[in-house]
Amino acid sequence: MTKLILPHAVTRRGLLKGAAAVGAAGLLLPGSMGSARAEPKKGGVFRVGIGHGSTTDGYDPAVWDNLYAQTFAAARHNQLIEVGADGNLVPEIAESWESSDAKTWVFKIRQGVSFHSGKTVTIDDVIASINHHLGEKSTSAAKPYLEPIADMKADGQNLVVTLKAPNADFPYIMSDYHLPIMPATDGKIDPTSSDGCGPYIVESYEPGVQATLNRNANYWKTDRAHFDQVVVLVILDSAARLNALMTGEVDAIDQVEPSTIPMLESRGVANIVSVSGNAHYCFPMDARAAPFSDNNVRLALKYAFDRQELVDKILNGHGSVSNDNPIGPASRYFFKDMEPKGYDPDKAKSFLKKAGMDNLEVTLVAADAAFAGAVDAAVLISEKAAAAGITITVDRAPNDAYWDNVWLKKPFCASYWGGRAVEDQMFSVAYTKGAAWNESYWDNARFEELLVAARSELDEAKRREMYYEMQKIVSFEGSTIIPMYNNYVMGLSKKLATPEKVASDWNLDGFRCVERWWFT
Amino acid sequence: MNGGLKTVGNGGQMSDVWRMIGRRLLFGCLTLFVISVVIFGATELLPGDLARQLLGQSATPETLAALREQLGLNAPAPLRYWNWLTAALHGDFGVSMANKRPIADLVSARLGNTLFLALYAAALAVPLALILGVLAALWRNSWFDRAANSLALTSISFPEFFVAYILVLWLAQSGLFPSMVRITPGTTFGARLYMSFLPALTLTLVVTAHMMRMTRAAIINLLASPYIEMARLKGMSPLRVILRHAVPNALAPIINVVALNLAYLITGVVVVEVVFVYPGLGQLMVDAVTNRDIAVVQAVALIFASAYVLLNLIADVLSTVTNPRLMHQR
Repeated sequence: MTKLILPHAVTRRGLLKGAAAVGAAGLLLPGSMGSARAEPKKGGVFRVGIGHGSTTDGYDPAVWDNLYAQTFAAARHNQLIEVGADGNLVPEIAESWESSDAKTWVFKIRQGVSFHSGKTVTIDDVIASINHHLGEKSTSAAKPYLEPIADMKADGQNLVVTLKAPNADFPYIMSDYHLPIMPATDGKIDPTSSDGCGPYIVESYEPGVQATLNRNANYWKTDRAHFDQVVVLVILDSAARLNALMTGEVDAIDQVEPSTIPMLESRGVANIVSVSGNAHYCFPMDARAAPFSDNNVRLALKYAFDRQELVDKILNGHGSVSNDNPIGPASRYFFKDMEPKGYDPDKAKSFLKKAGMDNLEVTLVAADAAFAGAVDAAVLISEKAAAAGITITVDRAPNDAYWDNVWLKKPFCASYWGGRAVEDQMFSVAYTKGAAWNESYWDNARFEELLVAARSELDEAKRREMYYEMQKIVSFEGSTIIPMYNNYVMGLSKKLATPEKVASDWNLDGFRCVERWWFT
Repeated sequence: MNGGLKTVGNGGQMSDVWRMIGRRLLFGCLTLFVISVVIFGATELLPGDLARQLLGQSATPETLAALREQLGLNAPAPLRYWNWLTAALHGDFGVSMANKRPIADLVSARLGNTLFLALYAAALAVPLALILGVLAALWRNSWFDRAANSLALTSISFPEFFVAYILVLWLAQSGLFPSMVRITPGTTFGARLYMSFLPALTLTLVVTAHMMRMTRAAIINLLASPYIEMARLKGMSPLRVILRHAVPNALAPIINVVALNLAYLITGVVVVEVVFVYPGLGQLMVDAVTNRDIAVVQAVALIFASAYVLLNLIADVLSTVTNPRLMHQR
């Protein structure tokens, strides 16, 4: 068996070698940004306006679910492992990690790191921080990811995790944003405390309004956290966010609406950063219910989607066509050369015929809660599908309680995924039989078999082969139509500089704009 | 509105007013109780609950059950209401169910911001509306009257957010005023006035028309009365006739419409808050309703209802005190 070692310099051996290919889809930057790039400078007050956040947000990592909470958390916390801008794992509180069988993982905890309160980070803090999400009473969103852990114990200053089954991607799970390292008292972290070991210290925080943080003078990363102060603001209205950027009230905003991008560019006051990641918009069909139980019907619908039109009109070009593949171009094992599905009404008709139908009538439920422009997308889809003899009735649902009343309940609806760094995670969360969020109730024996096998397969080439086959099965036999990958589109003041590569795993440079960016 | 008011004799007028205030406060409390029941019932009718909203797309049956247990959502609705009511009667509005912050903390800063903006807008709008109203009555049917009327009606006819965006376009993008309000504990009063100018101006434009037209109508109504005729015959100037003789008698309806608009400024400004990112009660209420955070919804709803009850009470007291016929009944 290959021994996996990931020391500080991130030399990848054996199975994790493939990680270098992550993020190949890369990034579109306006020309001016490239030339402005120089050595990071220290100083300044960085104000970032975010289109999420509510008065109900808090410090408890178990319930973080929006970009505001995530960015605010990245400003004050460190995790065991960070996902680098290129998609590789970067040591954070874990100095290195290794496993000989992908079942027992040893994480070496970094020494000499201290919390904002002055307390030193110890192995007990690490264990308590992970344990916070486990146990009967846990309501954490990270609970399902951590389910594979059979046992966790301290061995000196090493964390030894034993899994129920081998998983070569386990370190990726430790990079999840729900798992910041927080100080423990009596084996428990305090979920109402802001204390962490990250780059900035909280000065004030009003949920749903703003947070102000000052640079942590004792931060162990000397080449990061360039700003003196960081202000994370909630600006829910997209026009207000745009105004704030244009009038210089903030230095960066997330989620620039695609339709406003040309205007913002023509004003010349800000730069647009558009990053293609694994995030995608999708339309799950209930594979248990007729007519979607017949794969021919599903294929007919897939060929009746004009994907390019959706990318052009709904994303304004800030995205790319997806071939019903939840694994995005930023993934290691992305199957780039899979046979594409163009808009083909005749082919759709022939599949309908195979299913023994001349025409098909279905109802598609959509609300903009699923993604911005979901209702418009549904109408476009319905128009185009008519040519294939498919009548799609668009049923507009209210945004409020969409995830409660429509998603997982209606047989055909709009949905989205933020993308996952790891193929296994994406598949396990939404495509395995019985998974809580298997939105299409899809069940495929060959797929399940491959998924389990790939998890413990340590041979890089074989593993890639398996993931390719799985993507092909999901694309051509799956019950989820995935027409497009949506880019993360951000607006940045001209004074702001970013590293050469902006991360594609999450929005705002993987939430870490606060510690990676600087003022020129 | 004062039909039930009776006098026992001379000198009893003020005690009558106090009695009215006492009775109205009592009814006010009853109103608040009814409102709290209605709000609680309405939130119960909304689909989903706090646990579902908090976990969102990432909810699993196990985490949902665990969270419901933690939040005490499994108890029957009447019991939950009773628990809330008894705590509230003891002055304890509890903690936000969503992030465990005390509701008093959550509400107080935002209530301060909301009152500040409401008073700011009122300080601009009320004098403006009264002056315009009096002048429009004085020069009725002149070009001034028509211009003031059409401008006021135009600004009230546009939706608030539209007025707000227009102001941002004209006054914020040129750099004159900030497009968003960022109040921190260290913000000085002057800076606050400057930052909040655009939202206050938006609200001023929205509420002025109502008050101005009521002032104008109330005064013009009186101008046909014999005593006004008499004042004119004495040779008084038209402005003096209006200010000395007409306005005091027109005060009751004007005070009422001003009170109504003040209550609106406190309770109805969520759209303006969103556009200018103003941290007021409106956004808190919207967040709380979206998340089914019933304790916060109740607290904010009661504040809103109290604003209406109190302002209406003040309006009634003032119209009684300013009306000699009501003060000195025989």
